[in-house]
Amino acid sequence: MRVRLTVNGRPQEADDVWEGESLLYVLRERLGLPGSKNACEQGECGSCTVRLDGALVCACLVAAGQAEGREVVTVEGLADFARRRSRAARDGARDGEEAPHATGTPLDAARRWSAHGTQEPDETQGPGGAGSRTAGEAELAPVQQAFIDAGAVQCGFCTPGLLVAADELLEHHPDPSDADIREALSGNLCRCTGYEKIMDAVRLAAVRQSEETRP
Amino acid sequence: MDFLRPASWEEALAAKAEHPTAVPIAGGTDVMVEINFDHRRPEYLMDLNRVADLTEWEVGEDTVRLGASVPYTRIMEHLRAELPGLALASHTVASPQIRNRGGVGGNLGTASPAGDAHPALLAAGAEVEAASVRGSRRIPIDAFYTGVKRNALAPDELIRAVHIRKADGPQQFSKVGTRNAMVIAVCAFGLALHPAARTVRTGIGSAAPTPVRAAGAEEFLNAALDEGGLWDNGRTVPPSVAERFAELCAAACDPIDDVRGTADYRRHAVGVMARRTLAWTWESYRGTRRTTEGAA
Ligand SMILES: Cc1cc2nc3c(=O)[nH]c(=O)nc-3n(C[C@H](O)[C@H](O)[C@H](O)COP(=O)(O)OP(=O)(O)OC[C@H]3O[C@@H](n4cnc5c(N)ncnc54)[C@H](O)[C@@H]3O)c2cc1C
Ligand code: FES
Ligand code: FES
Repeated sequence: MRVRLTVNGRPQEADDVWEGESLLYVLRERLGLPGSKNACEQGECGSCTVRLDGALVCACLVAAGQAEGREVVTVEGLADFARRRSRAARDGARDGEEAPHATGTPLDAARRWSAHGTQEPDETQGPGGAGSRTAGEAELAPVQQAFIDAGAVQCGFCTPGLLVAADELLEHHPDPSDADIREALSGNLCRCTGYEKIMDAVRLAAVRQSEETRP
Repeated sequence: MDFLRPASWEEALAAKAEHPTAVPIAGGTDVMVEINFDHRRPEYLMDLNRVADLTEWEVGEDTVRLGASVPYTRIMEHLRAELPGLALASHTVASPQIRNRGGVGGNLGTASPAGDAHPALLAAGAEVEAASVRGSRRIPIDAFYTGVKRNALAPDELIRAVHIRKADGPQQFSKVGTRNAMVIAVCAFGLALHPAARTVRTGIGSAAPTPVRAAGAEEFLNAALDEGGLWDNGRTVPPSVAERFAELCAAACDPIDDVRGTADYRRHAVGVMARRTLAWTWESYRGTRRTTEGAA
């Protein structure tokens, strides 16, 4: 069957989709967006986490046909999504969900995606320092930059799912407690970091976000 | 495989009548796991996400009519006052991602003895609204679970909603697992005080082939509370009564040994949860009684 959906703000179409296929498979294998990871295919690990009409979901548990006509945001489009949201917030719109779709992340750009902001972070500024942004910062969502700066990425397999989940947390909860962060990330497993640096990264992103929105 | 996408409730019922083997998919958090692992290859998959009625709820005089596909997240956010037991149970389900998709209709469809909604529904009192092109009927929750992962739905029926009695007293839900998140219950227990009817209801999860009420324990406790005039005088439940109640709840279990726990452990844990949830809810009942009396 054919599935039409909006991915990262752009309309997309996938053909010859098997009826029992997951949204994750469509994203990775049919649209060439491997950012969302496939580890367990049973909702346990969260590495396939995406936004579906704004809701945080495991793409491995959404049937491709259920995504017909819906809006999906993957880690490849997260920077743009976050940018549009903060622009909409600045323009006084209530929230980013109604952000215009004129922009978005085209597929080829998403496929070539790389972290332009991954220059070595300034060693003199620790993770707590709000000034430790790198030159390419505009290319990354604030949570992405914070994960880099806080050293929250080891093998990186869990990172895309965690980024999408952490970004959603900060969208609804600009000043989360540690308990809020743990709860929000409870569906995302990481086998490397022991989670402490991930906690640091989310706290850092929250602090930066609040400094940015302060008049 | 065929993918059916009814756009309305009527279309969904018609499709289910035409294809009784069609597997409905709501949140997909049970169905997709089975398909991903090749445990299930249905001839027809029927998407319920387009049927908007299923994600709505109505708060009535005595009950909440909860659409089958209302996600757990919504229950936690919007129905905590009316359905405290179910809201607590919802919060223990899996993770935010799963709670954004999964709902009570799917939990009932799967009818796993470990489903977390079941103890809360049994304790609160509920009826499942099942419908087909032949018409609609209400199945009392006690009669809904017919065996391990079996329920009372006919092949052409779908769950439209669950009618759950609004709380008129404190409710609790307790679950034993190895972690705080993402854990299938080793066993679970729901308890609801119904001060208006002067009864207590229970629900036990994961400790018998189906979710069950501890009917003997309820009878015993109802009689003991009545005899002691406890609903009126607001005294604490005597330890001997709480102990006996816990024993009877444990006795209502018919558990198995499996990877998550032994039968003995489950019986023991259900007893402990019964005693604790009784203490929590009764303290809370006494608290509200004192405030209302103080105000009078
Ligand atoms: C990682 C993970 C963790 C989990 N943890 C828990 C947990 O802690 N506690 C818990 O209780 N469950 C848990 N589950 C199981 C699952 O999330 C729940 O059972 C959930 O309630 C299913 O709802 P759904 O809408 O996703 O169901 P679906 O998967 O869409 O459907 C489940 C079943 O119900 C049927 N069905 C759905 N809607 C209807 C309807 N309207 N009428 C008739 N039949 C219908 C389907 O055909 C299917 O047989 C977990 C699942 C995963 C993947
Ligand atoms: S791959 Fe989807 S949750 Fe693990
Ligand atoms: S960094 Fe390796 S799994 Fe998280």
